[in-house]
Amino acid sequence: MQLESMYQEIILDHYRHPHHRGLREPFDAAVHHVNPTCGDEITLRVTLKDAGGEPAVADVSYEALGCSISQASVSVLADMVIGRPVSEAMEISAAFVELMHSRGATEPDEDVLGDAVAFAGVAKYPARIKCALLGWMAWKDATAQALAADAVTQAPGDSDWERT
Amino acid sequence: MTFDVAAVRADFPILHRSVRGGSPLIYLDSGATAQKPLPVLDAERDFYTQHNAAAHRGAHLLGEEATDAYEDARARVAAFIGADPGEIVFTRNATEAANLVAYSISNASVAGPGPGGRRAGVPAAGQLAIGPGDEVLITELEHHANLVPWQQLCERTGATLRWFGVTGEGRVDLSEIGTLVSERTKIVAVTHQSNVTGAMPPVEQIAAAAHAVGALVVLDGAQSVPHHPVDVMRTGADFLFFSGHKMLAPTGVGVLWGRRELLAAMPPFITGGSMIEVVRMEGTTFLPPPQRFEAGVPAVAQAVGLAAACDYLDAVGMANVAAHEEMLTARALDALSEIPGVRILGPLTTRDRGGAVSFTVDEIHPHDVGQVLDELGIAVRTGHHCAWPLHRALGVQASTRASFYLYNTADEVDALADGIRTAQKFFGGA
Repeated sequence: MQLESMYQEIILDHYRHPHHRGLREPFDAAVHHVNPTCGDEITLRVTLKDAGGEPAVADVSYEALGCSISQASVSVLADMVIGRPVSEAMEISAAFVELMHSRGATEPDEDVLGDAVAFAGVAKYPARIKCALLGWMAWKDATAQALAADAVTQAPGDSDWERT
Repeated sequence: MTFDVAAVRADFPILHRSVRGGSPLIYLDSGATAQKPLPVLDAERDFYTQHNAAAHRGAHLLGEEATDAYEDARARVAAFIGADPGEIVFTRNATEAANLVAYSISNASVAGPGPGGRRAGVPAAGQLAIGPGDEVLITELEHHANLVPWQQLCERTGATLRWFGVTGEGRVDLSEIGTLVSERTKIVAVTHQSNVTGAMPPVEQIAAAAHAVGALVVLDGAQSVPHHPVDVMRTGADFLFFSGHKMLAPTGVGVLWGRRELLAAMPPFITGGSMIEVVRMEGTTFLPPPQRFEAGVPAVAQAVGLAAACDYLDAVGMANVAAHEEMLTARALDALSEIPGVRILGPLTTRDRGGAVSFTVDEIHPHDVGQVLDELGIAVRTGHHCAWPLHRALGVQASTRASFYLYNTADEVDALADGIRTAQKFFGGA
């Protein structure tokens, strides 16, 4: 069966034992995203921190209802982005979105994507791409909101990420 | 005539193709859309190769033939449900038919002062008006197509939406019918057969209660007309709608049946060409039904295909179709009930129940169940099946649905049960 190409062992592991799950305080932004075709949903919170003058991901916490692909995907996402500068995390996110839209045609870059390369097989099944992207889209949205909120509360010209 | 499933299957080329990994296709998603037999495809092709023209236009032979083909299709569909051809409106699909009724009623409701309101262009439209204080009654089992249009109608007019709840067995809960149906009730819109639980509500009883208070009854026949003999005059409905593509016909054609005097009183929904009587810059009057509700060049080839589908189904015999599906449904209910961890969302017997079998599998998301089945060549639906409130009421986020038609076999039902066990093995392991 071809099932194993989609359901890589890494994916099943994350699905059975998700990392960073739960909703934690404090947080800078929270979003609720839904996949309207299947009803899967996720509530995701992002906390940012200052890392040498640029924003970095301090924490990603979430509660999600969904299939193995969407659950594993957000678990891998949290592993990948927590602790990284937002700019770097955004690059990973962009690479993941590209991989998902590749229909399996591009060779994923493991240096950038880490465990997320396991989702390469999912890209061959158009109906499941939204499952894999649910958590990543929520994270991107929440992070953008956190950055925007921070820009509003900071004085003009104050570009550092010192938090009180 | 005796029913021969092998002979039926020979008419459906798609059932003989293979899918992922070379598995034969096992198509258990007819509740979403049905496959098409050769006679339907041939009829559509014959129209395009021999008679194609815009119906109701043109002073040429092809125009006449296309018009005849279209009107013959209307008569054929009418006969299929025991109706008068003048009461059959062709729409794009069931969803558009539901919207046609809902928007026509809201157009009647905003048509200005006095009976009919000059803006409606239809003398009797005012009698259909609803507004604050009036109620529209639906059920929690409805497909979004028979839910959202009524919700929106209420938002536009200020009327109140009410609904029958759902029982644990996945049927319409009629225990509150005495209070839910009242003098305030103007419209009762109900499914003839749930696309999720298969439940078939007692529509005659609901219609009698509705008519006792002067309410109109709208019946969603999208899942009933393709699968059971339906005599519309015996349902008690004032309106019945269904889609062609779920009953072996092409996509792009649906049907609204409505009682003649109601259609005559209704203002149009979509306006434009083909549906007008006289157009002046100051205002327009409209043709009588059904043309009043068929703006633009109609889907003639699709209507011809639908007529051929009616011929096909009647040749097999709708009673035979229903009996065959009941056999498959009973087998599926028995087979799935035996699998530990499987919960069937709907009645566990075939009494007042059609052939949609939705279920959950403990610890495995429906998408993942569907993926394993797909790998085995078995096509099912996963998700909320456009009935989100029903899933919520049954306490599940989503489900997997197998739905049957005249071309399915007992072996395919058994393959479904085996496939569910395979999914349990795949996801339950280590």
